[in-house]
Amino acid sequence: MAGGERRTVFVTVGTTCFDALVMAVDSPEVKKALLQKGYTDLLIQMGRGTYVPSKVSGDATLQVDHFTFSPSIADNMRTASLVISHAGSGSIFETLRLGKPLIVVVNEDLMDNHQSELAEELAERKHLFCARPQTLGETIRAMDLGTLVPYVPGDAKPVVTLINKFLGFPVD
Amino acid sequence: MGFDAMAAACCVLPVLVSLLAIRFVYVLWRSGQPLSGSPTAGLRCLIVLGSGGHTAEMMNVVTAVQKDRFTPRYYVAALTDNMSLQKAQVYEQSLIQSGEKTIKNAHFVQIYRSREVGQSYFTSIATTLLATLHAMWLVIRIRPQVIFCNGPGTCFPLCVCAFVLKVLGLGWSSIFYIESIARVKKLSLSGLLLYKLRIADQFFVQWPQLQQKYPRAYYAGRLM
Repeated sequence: MAGGERRTVFVTVGTTCFDALVMAVDSPEVKKALLQKGYTDLLIQMGRGTYVPSKVSGDATLQVDHFTFSPSIADNMRTASLVISHAGSGSIFETLRLGKPLIVVVNEDLMDNHQSELAEELAERKHLFCARPQTLGETIRAMDLGTLVPYVPGDAKPVVTLINKFLGFPVD
Repeated sequence: MGFDAMAAACCVLPVLVSLLAIRFVYVLWRSGQPLSGSPTAGLRCLIVLGSGGHTAEMMNVVTAVQKDRFTPRYYVAALTDNMSLQKAQVYEQSLIQSGEKTIKNAHFVQIYRSREVGQSYFTSIATTLLATLHAMWLVIRIRPQVIFCNGPGTCFPLCVCAFVLKVLGLGWSSIFYIESIARVKKLSLSGLLLYKLRIADQFFVQWPQLQQKYPRAYYAGRLM
């Protein structure tokens, strides 16, 4: 690995409040795991959460920074080497489209927890890694980015063709 | 006099009720059938934007449809959702700028929501009533021929009202529901209702395993 190269981990909770995730990435265990994997920076978008992570890193050189909201989250994703995200579909597909390695952390405190369905299905298809706040450190230590399969974006045309047929439009 | 009126009512009422019941069954049966004949002009579309990921998926559908066939387009979003209509506006603006033959035929409408996240069940009754009345007003005013929706709750009263208009013979609309990609194993509540009540003419899911559970649904790939 080149000496001066920065490798940023971008953590995003979207518009939600997901303190358990912010706390997890702020823990010594996760920071140590990230350092060992060669990451140099940790940038946390904490949304509506009330837990404020420490800006100074405990050990070695992992630089930690955080903010609540920003209109340029897409830019943060683009410059990141790894994205750790909540399980919202918007954030998942945005990261996959950019071809960034992704760990989705499922919020177990949500009442209607159908969100884990999507993350687990995509993890089974090897497009991303899926974790819970308490297993994040373990997931980072065990992950092998080489096993990830690039996600091929979907296409609305087959659906539109069926709709056209139903309505009696000629197929073009 | 009073007796005659009563007797008349006794005769007319059952007839009316049976006619309505027959019409109801007919509409249920007819709803799943493809339309006969080819439309000669553009179809008036109601596009329900459900916020967040739902809106992103719906905009992918809108991008793929033939604009001359699906026109004019009425975009509807919840009153509390200020992002969705903006996204649709940006898209429609880009169509005009790219010089496609689109006369200004997009409209943007806001609708009351039946229930906000965390709202109590007691006040929900009043807000649901308000949302349903508003939906009825919109459907009567717009008279959509095609409805595109993909959840969450915002689309349900609109679809029910459109179905009621069909039963009453006041307008015919084809309702297309595309379940969100986030639903892998189970349908959402609005999806399940529109499927079970057979209100959706064509019902799409985005995962093959979900299609196996709901055989009347179509699987035609993913939108995202």
